[in-house]
Amino acid sequence: MLKKLVLALALGSVSTFALAQEPKLGGTINAVIQPEPPGLMLALVQNGPTQMVSGNIYEGLLRYNKKLEPEPGLAESWTISPDAKTYTFKLKQGVTWHDGKPFTSADVLFSIETLKVTHARARGNLVQLEKVEAPDDYTVVFTLKQPFGPFIGIFEVGSMPMIPKHIYEGTDIKTNPANNTPIGTGPFMFKEWKKGSFIQLVKNPNYHVKGKPYIDGIYWQIIPDAAARSVAYETGKVDVLPGGSIENFDVPRVSKLPNTCVTGEGWEFFSPLAWMWLNNRNPILANKKVRQAIMYAVDREFAKDVIWNGLGKVATGPSASTIKFYTDDVPKYPYDPAKAKALLKEAGYKGEKIRIMPLPYGETWQRWGEAVKQNLVDVGFNIETIATDVPGSNQRNMEWDFDISFTYLYQYGDPALGVARNYITSQIVKGQLFNNLEGYSNPEVDKLFEEGAVATPDSKRKEIYDKVQKILVEDVPVAWLLELQFPTIMNCKVKNLITTGIGVNDGFRDAWIDK
Amino acid sequence: MLSFVAQRIVKGIFVLLAIIVMNFFLIRLAPGDPASVMAGEAGASDAQFVQQLREKFSLDRPVPEQLFTYVKGVVTLDLGYSFRQQMPVSALIAERLPATLLLTLTAFAISLILGITFGTLAARFAGTWADTAITVSALLFYATPIFWVALMSILLFSVYLGWLPSFGYETVGANYTGWAHVKDVALHLVMPAMTIGLFFMATYTRMTRASMLEVKRLDFVKTARAKGLRNNIIQRRHVLRNALLPVVTLAGVHSGTLVGGAVLTETVFAWPGIGRLLYEALLQRDYNLLLGVFVVCSAMVLIFNLVTDLVYRLVDPRIEFAK
Repeated sequence: MLKKLVLALALGSVSTFALAQEPKLGGTINAVIQPEPPGLMLALVQNGPTQMVSGNIYEGLLRYNKKLEPEPGLAESWTISPDAKTYTFKLKQGVTWHDGKPFTSADVLFSIETLKVTHARARGNLVQLEKVEAPDDYTVVFTLKQPFGPFIGIFEVGSMPMIPKHIYEGTDIKTNPANNTPIGTGPFMFKEWKKGSFIQLVKNPNYHVKGKPYIDGIYWQIIPDAAARSVAYETGKVDVLPGGSIENFDVPRVSKLPNTCVTGEGWEFFSPLAWMWLNNRNPILANKKVRQAIMYAVDREFAKDVIWNGLGKVATGPSASTIKFYTDDVPKYPYDPAKAKALLKEAGYKGEKIRIMPLPYGETWQRWGEAVKQNLVDVGFNIETIATDVPGSNQRNMEWDFDISFTYLYQYGDPALGVARNYITSQIVKGQLFNNLEGYSNPEVDKLFEEGAVATPDSKRKEIYDKVQKILVEDVPVAWLLELQFPTIMNCKVKNLITTGIGVNDGFRDAWIDK
Repeated sequence: MLSFVAQRIVKGIFVLLAIIVMNFFLIRLAPGDPASVMAGEAGASDAQFVQQLREKFSLDRPVPEQLFTYVKGVVTLDLGYSFRQQMPVSALIAERLPATLLLTLTAFAISLILGITFGTLAARFAGTWADTAITVSALLFYATPIFWVALMSILLFSVYLGWLPSFGYETVGANYTGWAHVKDVALHLVMPAMTIGLFFMATYTRMTRASMLEVKRLDFVKTARAKGLRNNIIQRRHVLRNALLPVVTLAGVHSGTLVGGAVLTETVFAWPGIGRLLYEALLQRDYNLLLGVFVVCSAMVLIFNLVTDLVYRLVDPRIEFAK
């Protein structure tokens, strides 16, 4: 059964055969949202639940299919100049905000200026931007300081949401009361948020894609307990469990329920990759042999099969296999305790204490922490586990107060956006969460990542990234674990839910209900 | 009596202030702050982002200044702003408190009524099979963890039988009004209220039983019997009334925990109450909200204690209020 499920996930076989049918109009979809989002104003808040709900309300200039190729969004077409420094976007005409005002290039310019202040990731993505101009109401021209390969990949709704200038201009965006009644251009409009219970969105009757959306509305139900979320699905009270809504050990059981469809698609853009930060500042972990020993000691196949119920894929290095310029032509670290012991001996490890910090994100991560601890103890490490809650572990990570710390990060489709930040020297900044917390610094890696971001054409980039992946896997600055997979579970009557590389976060504009 | 109440209110205000100051420092002892939590959730954060958040939360101000600002606010009934939820704390609490009060007061009423009834019955039929049945089930309910009771009842009544909704306060999207709405909420209320109620019911059952058996042996009961009073009257007027005092004491203590103590039940049943708000505020280090919930819960405990003392006098008029 498990194998069948995994196969179904791998082939994405479930959602595709529905394409042949004609969409039906009407109906409401109930979906789980967990945890309750702090707010829905996407320019201000970017956590997972916010993106999931607000992806229905706001839109980006582009969308990305499952192969991460750009598709029209609010921009109808785009051209890139031969020197790869000028990007010209033609906006779609006749698009209106939910309050009826037209969407124009002025909104795009305003959004970009705002995001540079409020949106940490957008700010990072826009470093190569020299200027942005709007020659007319429906044209926007981005000029870069130098060619920047991943630039075409930063216009997705979560990375660069378009916000209405006429509502926010001249106000303090952080305290504007309009944040509680978000206005976007998306297929659904905000109706009501009963804190602690549900968020209600209704169909936008004036949506710019004619005939869409098909459904009348969405209820996002807030259910804090993971077991209660499974039951809510089981009793038919919710139709959709987005990836990660229920505990992993419940996934095989719930997937087997009658009339249940499962898909692993819709995470291609994020490609979450789990690893352990190894604090390179620790004198023991500073030794490359010790870090390699950890890679050999940890049984990642076991973790995949037992702790993650067969979901996911053992990671080969810093890039997930689903993003651009991935290569598996790198040194391999199969599970080999004997080799780990030998390496430890060579390194002269004498049983000094190593502190390991599991991720406080629920049962699965706790079990994973225990399994890894056992693996490490088996080859002779002296391990102490640190128990924390989320704020506690964030604090420790920010202050580099750990030896080994679990995490998983999104890759955003391109090594320059989602990979480099974790290994380059300039990202060693205290007080920063994520990025180069392990304190790894290698001038050669820095140089290669710098060149990779601006090289043209793509074949040149590939060459550079192949090289840097090889160096990193040899050096083991962090211990890569798994490419995670968060399956979306839904009632089979919900069709065409996941159509792009950002999955549920791209909104329910194409979804329909088969009655 | 009026002066007694006034005196207690004045004392209460000082207790409340002490609680606020203590909580203020206790919360800040926990590692991590709201800025680090929100930065973590955003999935990306440069130092500028965290700094912006710190400034927004006034975390960059000296601690005594933060405390002074907070206390000054509370005195003017301003509980501050929750930046995480982007709403004033008092509005958030006002929105959630009714749900918790409905849940816990129902649970409290169920547990008191059933507990005292079963306790009385058990004492009345002490030593028979009825007594054994009541005492054993009371012990069982007392010893079973609340979350297990909650999950098992969901499994039975929602999944297998399909009689009761497993989560929430009302059917979302149904838009019931009038009696249909009342019925809908009542159906949602059954399982969470029973989950909390059963545990306290068990306590009151055992307490009432023991207390009644003790009072029964006292001289004035013998006198009443010798006077030829009917057994029912003896049980109700003489035994039960005296036996209730310890139960009231205990119920007074419990009433405080009922307000904030519904965290687990509210979480399992997705009940949109203040217990969940408290728990989430803690995990998110939402200082203002957390303090606000503490303030309201503490105030509730003080009020409930005062009410308990007044109820004492109702049950036993011999008790006088301390001057």
